Amino acid sequence: MRRAILTGVLALVAAAPAAAQPRAGIVRPADERGLSLLELGRQLFAGNCSSCHGGLARGIARAPKGQGSGGITGLGPSLRGVGARALDFYLSTGRMPLSEPDAEPERQGVELSRREINAIIAYVTSLGPPGPPVPDPHPEAGAINDGLHLFTEHCAGCHQVVGQGGVVTGARVPPLQYATATQIAEAVRAGPYLMPIFSDKQISDAQLDSIIRYVLSTRNPPDRGGWGIGNVGPIPEGMVTWLLACVLLVGLCVLIGKRLKA
Amino acid sequence: MRRLPVAVIAALLGRRGRRAAAEAHGERIVPEGEPAPLGAELVVAALLVLSAICGAGFVVAFAVTTPATHQTQYLGLALGLCLTFLAAAAIVFSKRLVVDEDAEEDYPEPHPAEQAEVREIVRESGSRITRKRLLLGAGGLAGAGLTAALVAPAVSLGPVFDTDSLRSSPWTRGKRLVDERERPLLAYDIEPNTFYTAYPEHEDRDRIASPVILVRLDPNALKLPADRADWAPDGILAFSKICTHAGCAISMYRKPLFAPADPRPALVCPCHYSTFDPATGGDVIFGPAGRPLPQLPLLIDPATRELKAAGGMSGPVGPSWSGVRE
Repeated sequence: MRRAILTGVLALVAAAPAAAQPRAGIVRPADERGLSLLELGRQLFAGNCSSCHGGLARGIARAPKGQGSGGITGLGPSLRGVGARALDFYLSTGRMPLSEPDAEPERQGVELSRREINAIIAYVTSLGPPGPPVPDPHPEAGAINDGLHLFTEHCAGCHQVVGQGGVVTGARVPPLQYATATQIAEAVRAGPYLMPIFSDKQISDAQLDSIIRYVLSTRNPPDRGGWGIGNVGPIPEGMVTWLLACVLLVGLCVLIGKRLKA
Repeated sequence: MRRLPVAVIAALLGRRGRRAAAEAHGERIVPEGEPAPLGAELVVAALLVLSAICGAGFVVAFAVTTPATHQTQYLGLALGLCLTFLAAAAIVFSKRLVVDEDAEEDYPEPHPAEQAEVREIVRESGSRITRKRLLLGAGGLAGAGLTAALVAPAVSLGPVFDTDSLRSSPWTRGKRLVDERERPLLAYDIEPNTFYTAYPEHEDRDRIASPVILVRLDPNALKLPADRADWAPDGILAFSKICTHAGCAISMYRKPLFAPADPRPALVCPCHYSTFDPATGGDVIFGPAGRPLPQLPLLIDPATRELKAAGGMSGPVGPSWSGVRE
């Protein structure tokens, strides 16, 4: 712990730009362009993923001895058969690689390029059964009305009805404001972290299109006029109103006081 | 509550009887005159009685009003009129009936005989003047009406004496579980890592004990109490969907993607984050809920593989009232 603090202080003092980097940066091979996709994926996986998911993506279910690459050792699930669907979701939202293995994977800046992501997907899916591919949703074919209904039924319990996210005990529920249509489809089918997995028996592909269309529509809700105050809800808006009312009331009191004195 | 007016009337009649007996033994000093016009007293009494009627009207309106009708303006009207009449009575009383005259005179020599006479005069005059009793009675009535109006909503918060209805549920042995569209659920339909809502077949879904939440866990990971060992065939568990804290619908199921590192599976209520452990039979592992989620024992029909209830709920469904804690 003390060493970590010392390192952090040194990093802050010595090199300000270094502070913008994640604590465990991406480990890259020297000449990416010269490598085939599969070989690049193998090297990236070994450098960034294997300390938790194991050298051959079989997962680590018991605490390992020693330290893995980047000083990180942790437990991680097997990636055999999870398919491009889950891999693309975790990598393209910046949830993986995870700098702290016990933390909840959350959306952050993506450090990997698209080619690097494709390389890792190609490598991992080559190890075992290829698994489900990246879904190809068509939100324009969905209906916002149905989407709202289905979202309320299946998703709003955790994500709130306008997709703002929230909490479930033990984890944060991400807001859906930054997710792309493909990422939403991937998450629904793959069930990242604590999210339930919704199969096509529960939510059909057509229904999923409607849900995605609805989620995308929540980013630009129709403006009903009035003072939005950042659309943060009735309580802060009420507080602003009270503030205005208080100023008015104080002004009134001052006026009355002056009249009484005169 | 019903006995109160009876008791008041009995007390008044009793006193009248006693007084009549006292007058019988001698001649009156004050002649029994015409009853004086009551005037203001009657107005005050009428206002107090009106106030009592409005208080009772509030109780009636409260009993009649259901969440479906939303006629809450009658509640406000009744209580408002009750208080208005009470205030009007107080105003008339203070303006017209309270004597506010000061008279000063020397303290008289004691005259026991005259004092007795004066007492008798007062008493006998009092037999004609009913205003004190009238006003006390009317005031008591108004107070009772207002008290009833204020107490009724508080008393109606949950059943106090009759809690049997909370234990009734539409689930009986052999009742099939169906989804939102009345399609029977098969054991094969229930996949792990997700959750389903089910209802009893051909029953009212609005009953609080109707909706259940279904999850499938690894049968080896279950730690059910011994008497529930066969309640979860193939690891399929059913619990009431209604949180035992405040009665919200449990709409969150967290399932670990990677069991060694993630939090364990739990049913979570979105209102106040009461968290229930399905593996141990719905025990509370976090949050304000005071008792476990009622579990529904399941069986799988050997012929059709349909999911059926194997009995009733393990406990009262819905939020906890004073009469239902366990």
